Amino acid sequence: MATNRQRETDQTKLLTRRAVLLAGGKLALLSTLVGRLYYLQVMESGRYTMLAEDNRINMRLLSPRRGLIVDRNGEPIATNQQIYRVVVVAEQTRDLDATLNRLGMVIPIGERDRRRVLREARRKRGFVPVMVRENLSWEEVARVEVNSPDLPGVGIEVGLSRDYPIGHAAAHVLGYVAAVSESELTGDPLLELPEFKIGKNGVEKIYDLTLRGTAGTSQVEVNALGRVVRELGREEGQMGRPVALTLDMGLQNFVMNRLGEESAAVVVLDVHNGDVVALASNPSFDPNSFSKGLNAREWEELLSNPRAPLTNKAIAGQYAPGSTFKVCVALAALESGLITPDHRATCVGHIEVGNLKLHCWRSNAKLGFGHGTLNLYEAIARSCDVYFYDIARRVGLERIAQTARKLGLGAPTGIDLPGERPGLIPSREWKAATVGQPWHLAETLMLGMGQSYILATPLQLAVMTARIANGGNMVRPHLARDLVAADRVGERGGQRAQPRPLDHVESLGFSPANLAVVQRGMHMVTNEPGGTAFNQRIKDKDLAMAGKTGSVQVRRITLAERLAGVRKQDDIPWHERDHGLFISYAPVERPRFACAVIIEHGIGGARAAAPVARDVLIEAQKLIPPRGRQIAEARG
Amino acid sequence: MALHLDGISQPQLTLGRKLWRINWSLIVLLTLTASIGFAMLYSAAGANLDPWASKQIMRFGFGVSALIAIALIDIRIWMRLAYPIYGVALILLVLVDVAGIIGMGAQRWIVLGPIQLQPSEIMKIALVLALARYFHGLGTENIGQPIFLIVPLIMVLVPIYLVVIQPDLGTAILILLGSGAIFFVAGVRIWKFAVVTVIGIGAIPLGWQFLREYQKNRVLTFLNPERDPLGAGYHILQSKIALGSGGIFGKGFLQGTQSHLSFLPERQTDFIFTMLAEEFGLAGGLGLLGLYCLLLVYGYAIALGSRSQFGRLLGMGITSTFFLYVFINVAMVMGLIPVVGVPLPLISYGGTAMLSILFGFGLLMCVHVHRDVRIGRRGGG
Repeated sequence: MATNRQRETDQTKLLTRRAVLLAGGKLALLSTLVGRLYYLQVMESGRYTMLAEDNRINMRLLSPRRGLIVDRNGEPIATNQQIYRVVVVAEQTRDLDATLNRLGMVIPIGERDRRRVLREARRKRGFVPVMVRENLSWEEVARVEVNSPDLPGVGIEVGLSRDYPIGHAAAHVLGYVAAVSESELTGDPLLELPEFKIGKNGVEKIYDLTLRGTAGTSQVEVNALGRVVRELGREEGQMGRPVALTLDMGLQNFVMNRLGEESAAVVVLDVHNGDVVALASNPSFDPNSFSKGLNAREWEELLSNPRAPLTNKAIAGQYAPGSTFKVCVALAALESGLITPDHRATCVGHIEVGNLKLHCWRSNAKLGFGHGTLNLYEAIARSCDVYFYDIARRVGLERIAQTARKLGLGAPTGIDLPGERPGLIPSREWKAATVGQPWHLAETLMLGMGQSYILATPLQLAVMTARIANGGNMVRPHLARDLVAADRVGERGGQRAQPRPLDHVESLGFSPANLAVVQRGMHMVTNEPGGTAFNQRIKDKDLAMAGKTGSVQVRRITLAERLAGVRKQDDIPWHERDHGLFISYAPVERPRFACAVIIEHGIGGARAAAPVARDVLIEAQKLIPPRGRQIAEARG
Repeated sequence: MALHLDGISQPQLTLGRKLWRINWSLIVLLTLTASIGFAMLYSAAGANLDPWASKQIMRFGFGVSALIAIALIDIRIWMRLAYPIYGVALILLVLVDVAGIIGMGAQRWIVLGPIQLQPSEIMKIALVLALARYFHGLGTENIGQPIFLIVPLIMVLVPIYLVVIQPDLGTAILILLGSGAIFFVAGVRIWKFAVVTVIGIGAIPLGWQFLREYQKNRVLTFLNPERDPLGAGYHILQSKIALGSGGIFGKGFLQGTQSHLSFLPERQTDFIFTMLAEEFGLAGGLGLLGLYCLLLVYGYAIALGSRSQFGRLLGMGITSTFFLYVFINVAMVMGLIPVVGVPLPLISYGGTAMLSILFGFGLLMCVHVHRDVRIGRRGGG
């Protein structure tokens, strides 16, 4: 019994000892908990508080409305139109693929759209809605809404789409907007918004940052599923600034209608301030189809059309200027002092240079052989090739090239459009470097009639004409009335367009007397019998135009063909026919507008291009009040 | 003979005397702790008694009644019932593996009419009872002999195996450590624990193969939380954010953004401590831990105050199991140990857990009421 007692006491002692040990262990573990609690809630509290706020608050970007584009009369030519689009938020749907399948049963979704959505959903942040389809009809909107319980994460958004009310008439000037491509992402979250569109061409591209505006933000409280609980704050974005163009849409429409089916380009400039009042390239395309999404077949058609509707021929089409260049050669000759207006040369239909025989255009059985003896005025009026061979030989390549550059050829004019081509004014160095052969004298002679290697865009020809017409002042063509593009090549450097400084009249340094001679010659082209475009003259004396024709061979006329007699242009295929060119300005007294027209494969300048120029210049003078000139004169 | 000598201190207790002997302050303490739970459940439901708080209050009320009833039953009866209860719990565990319903990918429940039973919860208490009875009968001189440890080891390992295959890792660990505490206070040599620990660590690679995919993920995620921040690591990360953003005094009652915006998973059950610490901060967290400490102190005092080895072991076993509940849950939500499904006792929403905890405290109270009852080796009075 005593042992029993003893045993019991031992047992109690052992248990108590062990219990104390156990309690110590538990205390240590509890202290760990307290320490951890202190670490999390005191030492790391700031960090976790921030994370909790991040959890709770989402910033949503509100895409700004794109600025309007208006013409010189304030007529809107690029606006925003309300549309409905269906979007899906990847993080709100468990299985995006299955959700898209179900959505595909409600409204048609193309396989390409589907793949794009899956790709974008992987790339973008989970809470960013991905656009599935745009431009939903009312019926489709209703179908999606009715089925919304089966479509987690799918929603309808009301958005704005770019709309060009006059469609194709100014497509090349305006360009178009389209969804941001992956290579254009800069990290700016605005560009990641599903509905966001940026300018891809034309004014839309070059003034994109101005038109884009500033994104607004909406702070929303969300729960763990990403569903918005409430909006905490909202800051409306700022609409993009409007861009006013110098274009006159009335004239632009007229030009496009006048061109009809021709593959052609027309540029009309204000000779005093460089306002581009019309800039047309035909055929055109509908820019609305780009902002609404083009299907593969439409795209293929645009690309394969031989008349190149996607190319802006007015700034990117480079053509040999042909006889229109004679005004430049004449000016170079007069400026050199080697030639006076009374300089005479005799045309017998050809000229010989070494063992080469260069022909005048008036050198066949039908037209007769040669112009006889002419002075400079007559040579311009009748476009005698032999006369210009003669003076080009006297003046030389360098002087002609120098004058051509001063008149705006051979380099981009700097118009605020992307994709402008520089044209080409050849030089001895250029030929040695690119062709690898020395310059021939015969090529200087050919340059006299605007043919060897030389290339110019219709815009450059219009600039050249304007500079001659306005008395030798350096006008630069531009489309935006009040802005200057930050970078004209259209790189998105993040710089916005600057306000246009006041024009100051800068003289190119030509002698007014020499310019008057050239102007007189151009006047005779259209207004005196025997002028190459006399039949296409403007009969109203107040609106009368001066001009210069040009025809450019697309295909070399062989000696055999020449010997065989006249080869009728109408008999050869369209794409082998000559281009028809015409440069002009009006009115003859106190000129206001310069106009360059090229009709591709139009056969002759007088026949194809001059009538267009005539009608366009009449229309321009009627439509546009002479405000620009008054201002220019007041400044002068 | 001893009985005669001890007769003075071993009177037959009347019902009135027993009620008098009940430690009412412990019941007040339990009610206070549970009330914090009611408040948190009210908050978790968005300032609403439904669906959780009202049910939890009813369960607690029922549980406390059961606690008192259990406390009034003679401790010797409990001792005699220890093995039968263990046997029933074992049968139920087997049944749940055979005919249990699927819940959360694991078979844990057994349905008896309107009542859903979780046999693993019953087993926690049953095993404490059974082990206390076994070691009570063993005596000090036998405890040093390994042969006498074989039976209790089997008693422990069989239910652990049954729980692991459910699979319910949290409860298995709880049973293992709770039983270990009883072995420890019963006087098993410390070097034997060392041997078992070494063998246990050696068996980890083997045991790894038994784990389900989600359990492996939990362990891997615990070892490297950045492994899968949106998957398995999400819960613990959000829990830490909720705790950390609570700061010292918290965001205020009903103001926890993490919990109310559903970033916090299972906020009414396993992660309720996080919610408390988000809304009441460090102060609230420490306050609750303080209450738990007080309950542990009561448990110790009752256990050590008992005159019978059975009472002492039972008290220590229940107190230790209670401690393990608290520690595993709180350490889990703070990212100290992997996520295992262990509720916070008296606070987390859940019927079986609440009842088994109060059942346990009932037995503890029983030890207290019958603290002066001496029990012979074979269970005689």
